[in-house]
Amino acid sequence: MLVTPQLSLDATFSALSDATRRAILARLAQGEATVNELAEPFAISQPAISRHIKVLVDAGLIVQRVEGTKRPCRLAGDGLSELDEYLARLRHALEQNYRRLDRLLKNPPGRKDRSP
Amino acid sequence: MSQLVLETQGETLIVVKRRFEAPPEAVYRAHLEPEIIREWMLGPDGWTMPVCISEAKPGGKIRYEWSNGKGGGFYLTGEIITLDPPRRIVHVERMHLPDPTPDNHVETTFTVDGSGTLMVMRMTLPDEKTRAAMLATGMARGMEASYARFERFWAAKGAR
Repeated sequence: MLVTPQLSLDATFSALSDATRRAILARLAQGEATVNELAEPFAISQPAISRHIKVLVDAGLIVQRVEGTKRPCRLAGDGLSELDEYLARLRHALEQNYRRLDRLLKNPPGRKDRSP
Repeated sequence: MSQLVLETQGETLIVVKRRFEAPPEAVYRAHLEPEIIREWMLGPDGWTMPVCISEAKPGGKIRYEWSNGKGGGFYLTGEIITLDPPRRIVHVERMHLPDPTPDNHVETTFTVDGSGTLMVMRMTLPDEKTRAAMLATGMARGMEASYARFERFWAAKGAR
């Protein structure tokens, strides 16, 4: 059973605002896991974990399938794909830019021992 | 610590915040003067800006040309809309890949923050087609391909 809700940025970022949900995603990045397996590291109830999972499913970040009595979860293929790739690379490029700018601001060219 | 904050606002805006240990006048100039811009606005290591035109006046032209030194490159053109020195720059820009991308409207503000400056840049979130084209240029490259997708995402979100 695949759930493919509409991807909304707000839903994505709101889903990611919670530390437990981020930890769930980090776990799923290593591979599929059942709800019980996901609940293990946390000192919270299984219904609470299930609620987190629902938020992640609704945000399109993970998909859940039915296997007998189990409900294994895995990362959605598209939920975090090219937008996040774009934002990550933009961030990386900007970080490098601003680090260079930090150095320039600290030591402006032509100011110190290189006066014109 | 000058931590970069990058977040989306709604579905159409990217907001970038960054603090600099320099007064607003200096950070403002660094965004307008070609000889300074070409020293830092380069993206990932290995890229240079052989051409940098930046006419610091309303209606002034902007043209940045980047090169990766291996025959790869692209350019950006734009126009200055509003200058409010040293507090605010409003400009519009577009990438040529080589077809021009939709106009990106950018507002950059500089406010005093203790002994430094807080810069806030608001810009248009490119549509999916534009993002794909920009990724394809390699300009925004920099992450090792071996990175797990989610590790990249944490970096993007600034989480942890």
